[in-house]
Amino acid sequence: MLKKLLVANRGEIAVRIIRAAQDMGIATVAVYSAADAESLHVQLADEAVNIGPPAAKKSYLNVEAILKAARDTGCDSVHPGYGFLAENAAFSDAVTGAGLVFVGPSGDAIRMMGDKVSARSAAAAAGVPVVPGSAGRVEGLEAGRQVLTETGFPVMIKAAAGGGGRGIRIANSLEEFEQAFPQAEAEALAAFGDGGLYMEKVIGKARHIEVQVLADGSDAIHCYERECSLQRRRQKVWEEAPSRALSDGLREALCASAVALAKAVKYSGAGTVEYLYDHEADRFYFIEMNTRIQVEHPVTEAITGIDLVAEMLRIAGGEKLRIRQGDVRVKGHSIEVRLNAEDPAKEFAPFPGQVAELRIPGGPGVRFDSMLYQGYQVPPFYDSLLAKLIVHAETREAAMVRLIRALKELKIGGLKTTKPLFLALAADPAVRTGDVHTRWLEGWLIENAAALAD
Amino acid sequence: MAQILSPLPGTFYRSASPDQPPYKADGDAVSAGDVIGLIEVMKSFHEVRAETAGTNIRFLADNEDPIMAGAPIADLD
Repeated sequence: MLKKLLVANRGEIAVRIIRAAQDMGIATVAVYSAADAESLHVQLADEAVNIGPPAAKKSYLNVEAILKAARDTGCDSVHPGYGFLAENAAFSDAVTGAGLVFVGPSGDAIRMMGDKVSARSAAAAAGVPVVPGSAGRVEGLEAGRQVLTETGFPVMIKAAAGGGGRGIRIANSLEEFEQAFPQAEAEALAAFGDGGLYMEKVIGKARHIEVQVLADGSDAIHCYERECSLQRRRQKVWEEAPSRALSDGLREALCASAVALAKAVKYSGAGTVEYLYDHEADRFYFIEMNTRIQVEHPVTEAITGIDLVAEMLRIAGGEKLRIRQGDVRVKGHSIEVRLNAEDPAKEFAPFPGQVAELRIPGGPGVRFDSMLYQGYQVPPFYDSLLAKLIVHAETREAAMVRLIRALKELKIGGLKTTKPLFLALAADPAVRTGDVHTRWLEGWLIENAAALAD
Repeated sequence: MAQILSPLPGTFYRSASPDQPPYKADGDAVSAGDVIGLIEVMKSFHEVRAETAGTNIRFLADNEDPIMAGAPIADLD
């Protein structure tokens, strides 16, 4: 059992982790940058340590300052949250090396899943379907031509060391491919210091479906899936559980494959295996595994009743998985929307500022995870996520009605937020029927953005 | 003398990326519309342009400084 936890993060996820730890009787230490001295996670934690100036590089990404704060306050463990150092293998190693418990997987597991080529190989070895493409790195143009017999066109050329949409090229013909491949090689070398490439078939209208897993280093279970097909610039804005697109048979196969992967790599902690689901072909393909708690974890908590952050802390404390697969049952439907400090009517321009007025929605089936309070000054130095509104109801239709009700209750004065986007989406026929894919929202925004003013 | 003020709150950068040279050095001449720096606001980047021309720019904000909207970035003669 952990006794004292340092939360190496900020914002709503730091608040979420502090709450879970306090519910379990674990003492908490917040860390904060000079820009976050007044923030909610600092107020709620038992202790708080200033770890540096506003720039994340000098504070939330400063491994030395974070480890020093943990030592000075007598912590026995560190939770990295998401973003910042959460998927930094060297940080996991450094925490362990300092004699502390890292609430997450080992540095080796993070490294294996962080490298796209080794993650794909691990998935294929565990029997998880992968997108047709190269088995590993593609060495040279001639080897690339061979892979084309598997993928056909269009084909995606990706940098092995890339991420976040960088280092990706798409070729629609052999001619385009022969031109793009050497360019991608040079670009990857310049951008990432590693010219390694791999290739994948482009799946046209794909849904993004991901499986939540919990594992203790030997055993693993899944907590069913989430669908996150509504994305803007590859960032999720709206997440649901369960996915209505899957048949029961395919859902079982999908979830079983995620468990097989977690077991094969001796995973420990909470993780998410992400897939593309090709609706027309009724097939799913592995994309990547995220070795952290994810922003959208509350929808899984809503439908399963499992506190995922608490389970992470138990596993990190040395306990074996205490939930059996047969005990994980889905109840109802949950939707989460991400309220960002952005103006959806002005191409989502960031809008930091002061929260002049705050009315938080409540009532049955409504959860609001946030770091907001009245008078809070949203700093401009970090990402724009202010709050997550999560609703839960018996059916998807009822959850949608409840979402609209809760959005109307919500008032965040003084800032522009993405609230108008979600009111519009909840009323859209395609969203209502769930007939969307990962590139649907960007097209919808071109048509509808002007109507998103507050 | 004119001052170039930050249009946004965020983090100020003097070059397009860490391995690029600064847009402008102290003492450089500036034309109206020249990019003189970037402001990072909530992970998105916005160019700062000079509104008027000048013969001598002197930066008041350092690279990677946190900056508030309306704060002076540089003096311009």
